[in-house]
Amino acid sequence: MEPRRPPRTVSDPKVRQVGFVTPAAAPPARTVSDTAAMPAAGASQELPLSGSSLSPVMIPPPRHDGLSARVTAPVPVPIAATALRLDNLQIRVGSYNQSEVLLGTPPMTSPSSRVEDAVSEFSDDVSASSLYGRTEPDKVGTAFPGRSGDLMPAKSVVAGGSIGGSHTPENPPTTSLVVKTLPGITEKKRGMLEKQHDEAAAPKPLKEKTTKAERRALQEAQRAAKSAAKEGGGADPTNTKKDKVVKPTPQKKDVPEVAASSGKKVDRPLEKERKKEVLPLRMQFDDKHKVEKVKQRAIVNQREAKSRVEFFQRLPQYVHGTQLQELEAKFFQLDAVHPSVYKVGLHHLSGKITGGNARCIAMLLAFKEAIKDYSTPPEKALVRDLNAKISGFVSFLIECRPLSISMGNAIKFLKNRIAKLPLSMSELDAKASIQSDIDRFINQKIIIADKVIVRHAFAKIRDGDVLLTYGLSSVVEMILVYAHEHKKKFRIVIVDSRPKHEGQILLRRLVAKGLNCTYTHINAISYIMHEVTRVFLGAASVLSNGTVYSRVGTACVAMVAKAYRVPVLICCEAYKFHERVQLDSICFNELGDPDAILKVPTHVESYLYGCMDNDNLQLLNLNYDATPSDYVSMIITDYGMLPPTSVPVIMREYDPQNLWI
Amino acid sequence: MPDVQALVNDFVLKIKRRKIEGSQATAKHTAELLRQVVSQQRITYTNQAASLIDAVKAVGEQLIEANPVELAIGNIVRRVLHMIREENVSSAMSAVEELALGSDDDEAEHDNRMGLSAAAVAAAARSTLRAPSLQTLLEDIPDSATAPHPPSSGGDSEGKNKSAAESSSRNKKLKHDVIEAINELIQEIDTCHELISAQAVEHIHQNEVILTLGHSRTVKEFLFAANEKKRSFRVFVAEGAPRYQGHVLAKELVGKGLQTTVITDSAVFAMISRVNMVIVGAHAIMANGGVIAPVGINMVALAAQRHAVPFVVLADCMDYGQLGDSPPIRVENPAFDYVAPKLVSLFITDMGGHSPSYVYRLIADYYSAEDLVVRRKSAP
Repeated sequence: MEPRRPPRTVSDPKVRQVGFVTPAAAPPARTVSDTAAMPAAGASQELPLSGSSLSPVMIPPPRHDGLSARVTAPVPVPIAATALRLDNLQIRVGSYNQSEVLLGTPPMTSPSSRVEDAVSEFSDDVSASSLYGRTEPDKVGTAFPGRSGDLMPAKSVVAGGSIGGSHTPENPPTTSLVVKTLPGITEKKRGMLEKQHDEAAAPKPLKEKTTKAERRALQEAQRAAKSAAKEGGGADPTNTKKDKVVKPTPQKKDVPEVAASSGKKVDRPLEKERKKEVLPLRMQFDDKHKVEKVKQRAIVNQREAKSRVEFFQRLPQYVHGTQLQELEAKFFQLDAVHPSVYKVGLHHLSGKITGGNARCIAMLLAFKEAIKDYSTPPEKALVRDLNAKISGFVSFLIECRPLSISMGNAIKFLKNRIAKLPLSMSELDAKASIQSDIDRFINQKIIIADKVIVRHAFAKIRDGDVLLTYGLSSVVEMILVYAHEHKKKFRIVIVDSRPKHEGQILLRRLVAKGLNCTYTHINAISYIMHEVTRVFLGAASVLSNGTVYSRVGTACVAMVAKAYRVPVLICCEAYKFHERVQLDSICFNELGDPDAILKVPTHVESYLYGCMDNDNLQLLNLNYDATPSDYVSMIITDYGMLPPTSVPVIMREYDPQNLWI
Repeated sequence: MPDVQALVNDFVLKIKRRKIEGSQATAKHTAELLRQVVSQQRITYTNQAASLIDAVKAVGEQLIEANPVELAIGNIVRRVLHMIREENVSSAMSAVEELALGSDDDEAEHDNRMGLSAAAVAAAARSTLRAPSLQTLLEDIPDSATAPHPPSSGGDSEGKNKSAAESSSRNKKLKHDVIEAINELIQEIDTCHELISAQAVEHIHQNEVILTLGHSRTVKEFLFAANEKKRSFRVFVAEGAPRYQGHVLAKELVGKGLQTTVITDSAVFAMISRVNMVIVGAHAIMANGGVIAPVGINMVALAAQRHAVPFVVLADCMDYGQLGDSPPIRVENPAFDYVAPKLVSLFITDMGGHSPSYVYRLIADYYSAEDLVVRRKSAP
């Protein structure tokens, strides 16, 4: 975060531009490849106004600083250098392809590449490029001409994109959960290489497309004028570059649209700015086109729930657990997914493993296992190939069940660690280091964090308290057991809800340990709240606006507690914090199996039996809800006890990515 | 009256076994039973109203004890008691007027006394029955001391001795009137839903999203009525643990072609931000405007308040009751919630919409203050 701030404070775009051209940015470019830098300079002279059009070359370093400085700085440069210094076009192509394979579109390389929808977005060109990825080097050489032909439109797109960054409208859908979980490094690296590649090919297309260049120059000028008024105008080009750089490879499809829409550049700076800040968007399942593509790649062909609720069209609506057998049957065909990951995926799908921490730990252990069995294929770098591998696993897990935020953060961490491995490290050492990283993550971020939380929470329990908890939270359970073991005298009210009835599990465990428990359902919450003195709740995540994202019903409990003036304490490990913000539970959620609602405990036959085929009937089984921060008295994390307003502070000061081990 | 007692026992058994459920069915059965009681009651020549009241109270007590949570029983008993008093007063007044007309030739002093008595009776009647108009207020002031005359004692001075036959016919008329009034009450119970649901179109508009919890016949009919008027809207039904009556409601709504979505109770808060109106049925309404409703409603009301969603309570005519703000009923597995008046936006009754602060007045229209405690004596 630190490095990102200074650029923003530089309000004058001119200053910023100077920064591009001069030493700050230039050295990296040169180190990368002199050949690449020179044409770029030439291009800049040709197009005096389109200063930013070259900036792609130079900008990436600052950008890397912004997002993940340490990672990108060492890794891409050497690789690119080795690749590009060989000056041979063919080799460069090969290296490009290889690098792309390694970095940008990892999943494409794997035969069973069912990746995020971003990948599914790729049109024919993309598949072609992915084909390169798989082809032998010499074959690449033959394929290259076609590729360079492709490059022309790509370049033109780049032009349009760099001016307007008009991808922005297109962008959100293409970036998806998985993309989000990638630290963005891969994109950048790919971008880097792509750029260099572009530059190598740049002179020709630029000369040919003088009209385009002129147009671009004009637009550039307009934009510069516009952004001059606005701070961060200088930052925009980088952003555009990123778009440009990232997009062309996978997204030829966008190209015509982009070019066409380059006329509406007025609102672009704004959009770009926003884009820079905003997290990558999630897959929107109401986009039929994309959903189709994803389905084609999917292993897990889940049956879709019949009746969709209008508000939740954009979320995946599957009938969970129906595909288990089919998946099991496929087990031996899926060599790309490591068996341990496969097992975890099935457990997630069947609901055998639930809860943010449990799922996260299971996933990490499976990854550890997979890494243990991993060996780098010949002619590939461990860093990239492993990252690709992990992406493949992750997309498989997503298909089984959408990632929890805890898992997302853990994956981010893991990829970060992998990307940071020095290239010189031997494979054995690298694997050992990653495995120990995973162990340390589990240990420090989850297990020790829970212990710290338990200590903190224990201080808040007094003799004679009546503690209320909702559902089954592993941390809250630990707190209660710990307090009981330390001879605190208190009573517990366990509130439960349909259809999961997680509270019954907690009830059984606590009663077995001899705790005094009361069990009730969530509707009776206003009735029981009279006697309660404290409410302890678990959370799936705490968002940066203080909103607590947790199992559905938590908001109700917190609301009633607030109405009865009972303090609400949320127990959440800091690794689950997320910088996303959310105001209501509709915007993002996970849908459970709708049919689970049908079964009513007291009646053998459902009331609704007989009208299930009616189109007018919809069943909605939400998994999460968002508790507004004003219902929360305190958040207990491993960093201490905080008010919900301090969550963004924690995230800034103890940025997980920087602090993680 | 052994036959009546048998009927009462039968009814009590039914209530206890929950064979009769829902405030409407219970109310109707109670009213029918009380009609029997009144018609079986032997006519005594003196103080007939008092004996009727005693009989009804005796039965009412048993009924209420059978299921103290079903407030509709107590409410109907109170309504009937109130009607008996009302009829008695009005017949007494007419008798007094007759007497006053008949004794025109008597002494001035006598006349004066009678006149005073009649005025007192009338004032008492007005003060108990009618809305206080400016005129009654003015009339009441001088007679306030004499007003608390028991209305039933109004006619016992002289007229009854004069003509026993006339008095007996009057008594017969009283009984007849009471039975008539109970019949009207039964009819009212039947048509109550229609009156409420007739207002549906005024409150439900096109493309609205309505949330309800559990099952209530009034709500069902209300939604049907709006649906029949070609309003297309969407209904979220919270299932209403632990009885899951929401599923029943959902099935019925779907059968009528309404867009229905069943949600879990825990998802109420999550969904309420997209809801335009919460419509629920009430179990009972307190004089302070509070509501006793199926468990879970308080949660919904709080969520609605948080999101500024109107919280509308559909109130049957037999739902009003219970003066004072009693806390939620203490039952092991709570079946009901108490919703504070500040959380309620509107009551829709058969007489139109009312704000919570006005409920006390509606209750005064239905019940007499004497009947608030149905039990005759606290110590037997």
